[in-house]
Amino acid sequence: MTDPKPATDPKPATDPKPVADPDLLYSRDEEDLRSAVRSLLADRADPAALPARVEQAGGHDPELWRALAASIGAAGLLVPEKLGGQGASHREAAVVCEELGRAVAPLPYLTSSVIATETLLAAGPAAEGLLAELAAGERTAVLLTPLSTAPGDPPPPPGPVTAVADAALADVLLVLRPDGLYAAEAADAVRTPLTALDLTRPPATVDLPEGTGAKVADAETGRAAWERGLLAGAALLASEQLGLAEWCLEQTVRHTATRHQFNRPIGSFQALKHRMAELWLEIAGARAAARAAADALATGSPDAPLLTAVAQVHCSRTAVHAAEECVQLHGGLGMTWEHPAHLYLKRAKADQTALGSPGRHKDTIARLADLPAPVSPG
Amino acid sequence: MHYPAGLGGLDAPRALQPAVDAELAAAGAPDNDPRRIGIGLGMAAPTILAYGTEEQKHRFLRPLWTGEEVWCQLFSEPGAGSDLAALATRAVADGDSWAVTGQKVWTSSAHLARWAILVARTDPDAPKHRGLTYFLCDMTDPGVEVRPLRQITGEAEFNEVFLDGVRIPDAHRLGAVGEGWRVAQATLMNERVSIGGGRQPREGGMIAKAAATWRERPELRTAELHQRLLDLWVDAEVARLTGERLRQQLAAGAPGPEGSGAKLVFARLNQQISALETELLGDEGLLYEDWTLRRPEYVDFTGRDAGYRYLRAKGNSIEGGTSEVLLNIVAERVLGLPAEPRTDKDVPWKDLAR
Repeated sequence: MTDPKPATDPKPATDPKPVADPDLLYSRDEEDLRSAVRSLLADRADPAALPARVEQAGGHDPELWRALAASIGAAGLLVPEKLGGQGASHREAAVVCEELGRAVAPLPYLTSSVIATETLLAAGPAAEGLLAELAAGERTAVLLTPLSTAPGDPPPPPGPVTAVADAALADVLLVLRPDGLYAAEAADAVRTPLTALDLTRPPATVDLPEGTGAKVADAETGRAAWERGLLAGAALLASEQLGLAEWCLEQTVRHTATRHQFNRPIGSFQALKHRMAELWLEIAGARAAARAAADALATGSPDAPLLTAVAQVHCSRTAVHAAEECVQLHGGLGMTWEHPAHLYLKRAKADQTALGSPGRHKDTIARLADLPAPVSPG
Repeated sequence: MHYPAGLGGLDAPRALQPAVDAELAAAGAPDNDPRRIGIGLGMAAPTILAYGTEEQKHRFLRPLWTGEEVWCQLFSEPGAGSDLAALATRAVADGDSWAVTGQKVWTSSAHLARWAILVARTDPDAPKHRGLTYFLCDMTDPGVEVRPLRQITGEAEFNEVFLDGVRIPDAHRLGAVGEGWRVAQATLMNERVSIGGGRQPREGGMIAKAAATWRERPELRTAELHQRLLDLWVDAEVARLTGERLRQQLAAGAPGPEGSGAKLVFARLNQQISALETELLGDEGLLYEDWTLRRPEYVDFTGRDAGYRYLRAKGNSIEGGTSEVLLNIVAERVLGLPAEPRTDKDVPWKDLAR
């Protein structure tokens, strides 16, 4: 967790040489961090227990958040030590996202500790006080924008903003206005919780009165910071999707290896086996793609926007596919409220829209990889 | 480099090979034309090294490495494809030699080869995996007949090989009598590594052709093809990163199971990308360069025209293990799913249905 890699200030893309191969493995420190997060979640956020409590405030558990954010220090991974953080990088934060995805844990990690934190890191000195509070896990912040906002999208127009993820329990709202980036107290907004498809990342409609909040960056810096926040969110969402897909495949393999019909384990039928093997191939690709995106952000590689878009297209699909197969191959059990498979399906489907749909990311790839769309006639 | 000294190598680490190749190429040294002797290098050599006697290693490896002797592989038969262990070519002991009779198929380079690696049945009364023996067969023996096997592309890249009482001295048996299946496993593992295992730059391989056509021919673009091209571009990039991750794991001394999947993904990508390219070309996609029966010395999956690439890619999910069998291997060996119940394992080969 004291990885020396720079977490911020990527070098500008001035080097015309091909970018270096990303490090796609996990370091020993990263594996240690994974173990710490996994054992915390095993103790405090067992997916099997989640269906029973998820309807109360999205299953929010302030003590679990404190343990993850403050005791393990996960909330401050992206923040330099001199600003009160761990001085680690997106690689470590991505490992946390994998574990949270495996547990579909209802915690504001992606929205606050990744997206808002990355935005504030790029905003400059005026944001440092708030950054320290986020890094310590004392407060949470979210961008005032719909969860579907992709890197490159403009901020929403003034007025009520719908589908703002984790907004109901957030302390601070980050607002991009034409003259700069602002941090506003969430308590000053009217927040209306929404009934959501994904019960584990609760959204709200947020109506923040105009002019509320303190300016933390000017227009140009604020716009760039906003963009960085969304890019980091999209990149690390891929790791969450990877973790989610891995859990779905593991549970499906376990279930089909032990469930007997026709006097055999159903996992011995090729029709099922091949479907699980296909998922495994997709997940092997998802791991490589998610690692590549996280590493590109951590090293400030100019390849980060392209690798993020690639990871989003692939990992979104993989997570949805894995969750759909998990429901189907669990048969009737997969359709019950009691079994947590539905929470994974709902998260996976919502994650597909979050931070840009696969189609939106393919538009980005078309631009960055020089594969232009046909010119429409007329 | 990594082979023993005197047997084609220098007992040196395999990692030095690229540096040596580069130095030799820079000095203008002739190479051994590795594409022409791929089966020898990739399959026969590692198997002979692992199972050969000292005499066999010294007789066969040097001319294999220098390219003087081309090798081919006599494994598949008309009645034994995915179920290779069911093969029916018989080898009957006769003094200090064996008389071999049967038919082999899908044999590349048989018309160029001096030697073949051959699996034949020596005990029809044993269960199928236990009655096989592995031989090194002289392709110039008068009982060997090689006929071109014309394939879907119009080319005859492969052959049928008919064996009629071919005499193989017992000194050319590789491994013990009845151990042929185990020896053949070493060969087949090397085959799968050699298909789909190569390192690629971004947009390398089949996607390069489709992307180049897309950029150079804006008049061919349609919205539907654009979406498919982008999907395949992403799939190709993800496959490249997956291969890169596998290489990093190997370099770190911790190989992962991802290698089992590389050929599956490679086959699907080649098929889908070449199919897209044929459609993208519109009227040109209706044409084919030339159906004349040819006997290519090399096979380039990304060679010739889009129609050839589309047709040749169909073989990628069949050769070296069908995709269906490889999915079983992933499911059983990587995921640990229970095996299919089997009725063929403990029955004498001669009593199996065929």
